[in-house]
Amino acid sequence: MHAINYESPKTIAEAVKLLAAHGEKARPLSGGTDLIIQLRAGTRRPEFVVDVKQIPELHRISFSLQHGLHLGAAVSCIELHENADMRRYYPGLTEAAHLIGSLQIQSRASVGGNLCNGSPAGDATPALIALGAKARVVGPNGERIVPVETFITGPGRTVLQPGELLVEFLIDAPAKHSSDAYLRFIPRNEMDIAVVGVGGALTLDLDDDRVVDARIALGAVGPTPIFAAEASKSLIGKKFDAAAIENAARLATSVATPIDDMRGTAEYRRHIVGVLTSRVLTIAAERARHNEQR
Amino acid sequence: MVKKVIVEATINGDPVELLCEPRQSLLEVLRDELELTGSKEGCLTGDCGACTVIVDSRPVCSCLMLGVEAAGKNITTVEGLATGATLHVLQQKFLEHASLQCGICTPGFLMSAKSLLDHNPTPTEADIRYALAGNLCRCTGYDKIVKAVIDAAKHVADGVGTTHHGKVPRKSASEATRDMLGKGEEVK
Ligand SMILES: Cc1cc2nc3c(=O)[nH]c(=O)nc-3n(C[C@H](O)[C@H](O)[C@H](O)COP(=O)(O)OP(=O)(O)OC[C@H]3O[C@@H](n4cnc5c(N)ncnc54)[C@H](O)[C@@H]3O)c2cc1C
Ligand code: FES
Ligand code: FES
Repeated sequence: MHAINYESPKTIAEAVKLLAAHGEKARPLSGGTDLIIQLRAGTRRPEFVVDVKQIPELHRISFSLQHGLHLGAAVSCIELHENADMRRYYPGLTEAAHLIGSLQIQSRASVGGNLCNGSPAGDATPALIALGAKARVVGPNGERIVPVETFITGPGRTVLQPGELLVEFLIDAPAKHSSDAYLRFIPRNEMDIAVVGVGGALTLDLDDDRVVDARIALGAVGPTPIFAAEASKSLIGKKFDAAAIENAARLATSVATPIDDMRGTAEYRRHIVGVLTSRVLTIAAERARHNEQR
Repeated sequence: MVKKVIVEATINGDPVELLCEPRQSLLEVLRDELELTGSKEGCLTGDCGACTVIVDSRPVCSCLMLGVEAAGKNITTVEGLATGATLHVLQQKFLEHASLQCGICTPGFLMSAKSLLDHNPTPTEADIRYALAGNLCRCTGYDKIVKAVIDAAKHVADGVGTTHHGKVPRKSASEATRDMLGKGEEVK
């Protein structure tokens, strides 16, 4: 690895100042499970590594039914999974975080790093998009809120400008009878990169089993994670039945733009998008029916 | 020219001052600076788990953590398992079940298994296989490793074994630090 300088600021302001001062030469470090590999491989060569894990705002999980969720960018996947509110109110995002790597990786890997790394196959990203998560970004020119579905702009690229820091995710508290789910397909049980990942969130009206709100997001089937807008919209106002699920799955498949690679052919991946979309919607609906909170 | 940084941490129960370059991984610092060579280097990409150590009660790939990130942390390496000449129950069970052949994966498996038992003293076989999924072994076929951990868990549950930290047997981390601090402050 090339020589680096290491800083570990305690506040957002200090971190942004460091990042802004060094521009392209600086890089935030969260769990390092992507970044340290990239430093060693020489694919990223920052001179300044700014460890963001000492900053309290990046480290908190704060949830209430009134104010929703503040999920710090640097919260590790293990901490997320161990949090009772996360498991109860955001089971889909929690299961996505819990799929990332081994326990050794989850002890360090953060959801913020998963997004900022810009991989189209990151497991947390579709789950965040399904929940309508917004990223709070702070930079030298102040703060901005970015919907997660527009955060990644290409493989390894994001909207972040030099000097900007992802601070936290803002997610609404789940409405009554709503829930989420995430599934990925890999050829083995653990420790692999998604061939396809699908996140889904649903709100139901149990009086007539109609869909009040729906969001579907796809991973690993395009240059960026994809918010399947048409598929999501197709469900809203409809009765939640087999025909509606099948229609949404078909629409989700139609926005996937996968490639052929060693993990699977494009045709196969499109097929899997449909299968996983149906399953994710079914699981999310089952969870939503039992969500009496609020 | 990058200055070495002094990092204070606790390693295997000993408070130590590490002198390291920011670019050094925790694994490099442990092996090359502190001469704690129990943690092994396999892939350097987080896949094999041979470098697993426990940092503040979590299993971590020391190849994917910078040495400077160890500041203020409590770290246990495989050298911290035994108490003097008495092996940790996991080490004992690995020997009894012949859970190693070449042995390069063993320190990592031991640390992952210790972390599991620290969090969950009564794991199921599925819990054990899940907790060990980040450790690769190309010799044993895993079964003997899993059996050793099941057996060790039984002993821990019966109050026979211990999961307490022992002292570093050969050379304590603080001794190693003193040697290292004598090595000079800067590198090219
Ligand atoms: C063995 C192994 C298995 C893996 N398995 C999976 C898997 O199954 N699924 C999966 O999705 N991923 C997997 N990964 C990838 C990786 O663990 C995740 O992408 C992880 O979530 C990244 O988070 P991190 O905290 O480690 O990020 P880091 O490596 O610290 O950072 C990643 C990138 O984001 C930037 N960054 C980090 N935090 C911020 C911030 N707050 N603001 C701005 N920029 C920031 C960094 O500069 C860097 O470019 C695996 C990795 C390994 C090594
Ligand atoms: S050497 Fe660290 S995981 Fe392989
Ligand atoms: S004993 Fe040789 S790799 Fe496990």
